[in-house]
Amino acid sequence: MTTATQNGTRKIVINPVTRVEGHGKVTIQMDEDNHVTQARLHIIEFRGFERFVQGHFYWEVPVLVQRLCGICPVSHHLAASKACDMIVGADSLSPTAEKIRRLMHYGQTFQSHALHFYHLSSPDLLFGFDAPVAQRNVIGVIQAYPEVAKKAVLMRKFGQEVIKATAGKKIHGTGSIPGGVNKHLSQEDRDRLAAEVDTMLEWGVEGLKLCKDVTLASAEKLLPFGTFESNFLSIVREDGCLDLYDGNLRAKDADGKIIFDQVKPEDYLDVIREGVRNWSYMKFPFIHDRGQEKGWYRVGPLARINNCDFIDTPIAEEERQEFMALGKGRPIHATMAYHWARLIELVHSAEKMRELLADPDVLRGELTTTGERRDRGVAIIEAPRGTLIHDYEVDDNDQIRRGNLIVSTTHNNEAMNQAVRVVADQYLEGQAEISEGMLNSIEVGIRAYDPCLSCATHALGQMRLLVQLIGPDGTILDERTRG
Amino acid sequence: MRDKTVTITIDGKQVEAKAGQKIIEAADDAGIYIPRLCHHKDLPPRGHCRLCVVKVDGRPRSSCTIPVEEGMTIENDTEELNAHRRTVLEMMFVEGNHFCPSCETSGNCELQAEGYRLGMVVPKLPYIETHREVDATHPDIFINRDLCILCGRCVRASALQDGKTVFAFEGRGIEKVITVNAEHGLGETLMDVADAAAHVCPTGCLRTKRVGYSVPVGERKYDHNPIGSEIEQAASH
Repeated sequence: MTTATQNGTRKIVINPVTRVEGHGKVTIQMDEDNHVTQARLHIIEFRGFERFVQGHFYWEVPVLVQRLCGICPVSHHLAASKACDMIVGADSLSPTAEKIRRLMHYGQTFQSHALHFYHLSSPDLLFGFDAPVAQRNVIGVIQAYPEVAKKAVLMRKFGQEVIKATAGKKIHGTGSIPGGVNKHLSQEDRDRLAAEVDTMLEWGVEGLKLCKDVTLASAEKLLPFGTFESNFLSIVREDGCLDLYDGNLRAKDADGKIIFDQVKPEDYLDVIREGVRNWSYMKFPFIHDRGQEKGWYRVGPLARINNCDFIDTPIAEEERQEFMALGKGRPIHATMAYHWARLIELVHSAEKMRELLADPDVLRGELTTTGERRDRGVAIIEAPRGTLIHDYEVDDNDQIRRGNLIVSTTHNNEAMNQAVRVVADQYLEGQAEISEGMLNSIEVGIRAYDPCLSCATHALGQMRLLVQLIGPDGTILDERTRG
Repeated sequence: MRDKTVTITIDGKQVEAKAGQKIIEAADDAGIYIPRLCHHKDLPPRGHCRLCVVKVDGRPRSSCTIPVEEGMTIENDTEELNAHRRTVLEMMFVEGNHFCPSCETSGNCELQAEGYRLGMVVPKLPYIETHREVDATHPDIFINRDLCILCGRCVRASALQDGKTVFAFEGRGIEKVITVNAEHGLGETLMDVADAAAHVCPTGCLRTKRVGYSVPVGERKYDHNPIGSEIEQAASH
């Protein structure tokens, strides 16, 4: 998996990257004096959903495109449904439909964030980046922190149960349809979930405290780790409030100044462009005005917390204020702060679910609405991993003529590459021998972004890592295999 | 003729049948389900799909077309016949492009339901990877030919119940497809969403537009009971 280039430099390949969703690889090139000359994250899978939705009927799309992903299919299900709302002219949904969709989305965010923090990232934070491989995994967490692990499993389960109750299935449900939803929440499901939601909130707050404590205890190491400055993009509500389900685009620069605000979803192409590079299947989006060099940005929990003016649930708002105080008036740029921001959102999702489960509208009321038919539908939602854009054109026969999806991980493409470069400079620069722990540090940097590299391939537990260190003459100096 | 009764045996059970009845009808009346796809209770039989083949006195016959006769001994729910039926189903699956996970007819589809009932896990035959044209020209109805199993229900319903002859078969063998009597598609025909032909398709091929997924998972036709259970349960009451 490792090659030496002709001029005698070394090329280190991490393939695949582990404990992330999907397949990607990292290449790091070092010169003869062991200086890092290039570090890249390559996305080596190709999905092609934009092409094969063509010709399908628009009402199929919410169910079809969610097959992109087995981890956060609800995000695609809802983004496509929202785009279809525009097509069928449902400019405002019934209160019942809006609340059931939101409940589904918060259940999704809750379970996805719990999965990422506890199952994928906590081994690095609890045991250290260079802890023994045998321990640095979810089984190690179960053995060393059984209570934490048990709560992690039950939190995921709760989120999945919310999805099943609203979408019909835990994975790839059909609950959201153009113009609304196809079912109410049953009284039985409501009572069952409402009885557990306070515990989930309590555990979420515990998880947030754990993350905060670990981060602050090693602040000198963790806050500069893989850190760089960037712009941030997310949707926010019209009043600037954090809103994961609906809103308009806002971008801030590295100092926290607004670049643009309240850009409607259908106008996203006015402010965002996508660039391509010949070594990755994933595009590189950027803010049009700033150009490809300076216009790249970050999305996801850190961007959302940095971008919003406030959060409309009390515990999460208090936590947001404490978090933002770290930046002393500027946005937080630390890569590892993604985890902290993610858990603030996990708590926010639990608070939102508690609100919605106490709302009688989810049990009764109108399910769908329609209006004047349109031939284009664009929607933006904040998926767990960041801003997700779905854009469809429909012909007179109701068939999709064109689809454009910009998924969360694509927005973060340049940022993850930056993280790889920064960590490589911090950990590999000048090193003749590369340890497994050093390579894991690269992955820790990528992992903070919770990338879903192919949005469907999840080979957790099966991934292998082969790294070879090849000398300038092409001989293998060192080799390590994992998995 | 219809007033007379005959006695036949299906899977060892003695059944009284009306003379002239087809075997599948007599079995239905007795609460015995014989798998079927092209057969529809409101349409004359054609024997297209071969799923309802039973052994009559040791010989394979399509039960939707063969009338009962006194003393017939019929084998239906046997491992041998069910294995043949699974193969027939597999051929239908690999000849088309049936993607159940995102299909709007999933849960209400008779082809899928027969697959579940007969225990067809995954086709062992190679997929043909067909790509046939979708006809979306009608404002309220579409034809997704990738899902057509050539049962001919729509052909019969349109001709005999609607009096319109909108549908027909065209081509031979593997090239055979369902077609309409207009040059530029279903939108040019007299087809109406209220026609009987619009509501007899056993798969997701001929469906009403804009209603997909409106029935939630858990409330679809075959979510809780296998296909044929309504026939088996009706006789037990």
